[in-house]
Amino acid sequence: MSTRRDYSLVGLDGERAQRNGLAGAQWYACQAPRRTLKELMQRTDGPAIRDTLLWFGLLGLSRTLGCLTWGTWLAVPCFLVYGVLYGSASDSRWHECGHGTAFKTHWMNQAVYQIACFMILREPTVWRWSHARHHTDTLVVGRDPEINVQRPPSVFKLLVNFFALKSGAETIGKLFVHAVGRVTAEEVTFIPETEGWKIAIVARVYLAIFTGVIAWCIWAGSILPAMLIGLPTFYGAFLAVFFSLTQHAGLAEDVLDHRLNSRTVYMNPMFRFVYWNMNYHVEHHMFPLVPYHALPKLHEAIKADCPPPYRGCLEAYREVLPALARQIRDPNHFIRRPTPTATPT
Amino acid sequence: MTATWVDACDVNDVDPEDVRRFDHGGRTYAVYRTAEDEVFATDGLCTHEKTHLAGGLVMDGIIECPKHNGRFDFRTGKAMGAPACIDLKTYPAKVENGRILVSLD
Ligand code: FES
Repeated sequence: MSTRRDYSLVGLDGERAQRNGLAGAQWYACQAPRRTLKELMQRTDGPAIRDTLLWFGLLGLSRTLGCLTWGTWLAVPCFLVYGVLYGSASDSRWHECGHGTAFKTHWMNQAVYQIACFMILREPTVWRWSHARHHTDTLVVGRDPEINVQRPPSVFKLLVNFFALKSGAETIGKLFVHAVGRVTAEEVTFIPETEGWKIAIVARVYLAIFTGVIAWCIWAGSILPAMLIGLPTFYGAFLAVFFSLTQHAGLAEDVLDHRLNSRTVYMNPMFRFVYWNMNYHVEHHMFPLVPYHALPKLHEAIKADCPPPYRGCLEAYREVLPALARQIRDPNHFIRRPTPTATPT
Repeated sequence: MTATWVDACDVNDVDPEDVRRFDHGGRTYAVYRTAEDEVFATDGLCTHEKTHLAGGLVMDGIIECPKHNGRFDFRTGKAMGAPACIDLKTYPAKVENGRILVSLD
């Protein structure tokens, strides 16, 4: 019999998860010598400074070319590149800098985190705490606020979100709530009360910036300012969504083993630059202290105890799409990943 | 009152710039050794969600929690920012005859 689950953080499934010991539980971790892990966890500024300079450089170049060619068809590829760098590459920058692992220097993580949060339209304080919960209770229904494909999947929501229309609209709605100093009932469950003032300030700043951009567009009689600030979050989101669906979609819920609910997918160097190695997702969830640039080595260190990685996005999507299609009819269906060692129950 | 020192481990059991778990009296602690060979001790569980800090990363006087990367100054116990918001309890520690001793009073 298929049952519809309650993904809300204030619903019955959340209560059930707590009762059943799924909330804040102990997760399986592959064995790796402490010295190996320590080596992999080491911080350095070099790779992230290089990648960030390249990122900002490419953003600047594509923006300039886009403005110079504005009004011609040549602007389309320029804004496509700009949009992907703005609305998709910001996803992984937000993520790695939020963990504080991208750079060794703390303020650099903080600075890039704030910039990337704005680009991807994720309020920094809210998402810092929501992501902490995502790591505590990954894909535990009623506990994890970041389950991006809920069962049964909605094709409409999935498709519109390739342009961040669902997530973006939700965030804009919440900005108005946060700006007046309130948070939602779900947010109360994972954000300490003491963080409220930060949320309110950032919401007001975001709204002020967007108001400024709209005023600029009206004054200039052109949509160009919004094409540079604000809209790229939407028109450039598709690659981040394409990547993020490989992370957990179609896999098991309510299991305490990241090998069963996350995917590691091999990707080409260009994708890995945009995605900052988040494609090593099992490894990241198991050892979040390991910086993005060391994830390929971590993968080598623990892969004998992990399910086989996917050899590319195509292989991952060959599994994800049929599974999601089946979940529309049968929400209890999920993909079972083979694990070399037994998973604790 | 004189402090009671508890034998935690051999100093060589903890690499420089590293941390090790130490259980005593039904409680768990973390002992740290810095690159300069100083030793420190704190409660063993993160104040955020009770993860063992011994799995974390020691870097320049900071312990980073292995679960959500919360950061504490293990010399003072100070929580350095979200999601680590509550300070960590610290305990005096010293090295004597190659052993790390911790005062748990
Ligand atoms: S459990 Fe340590 S930071 Fe969350």
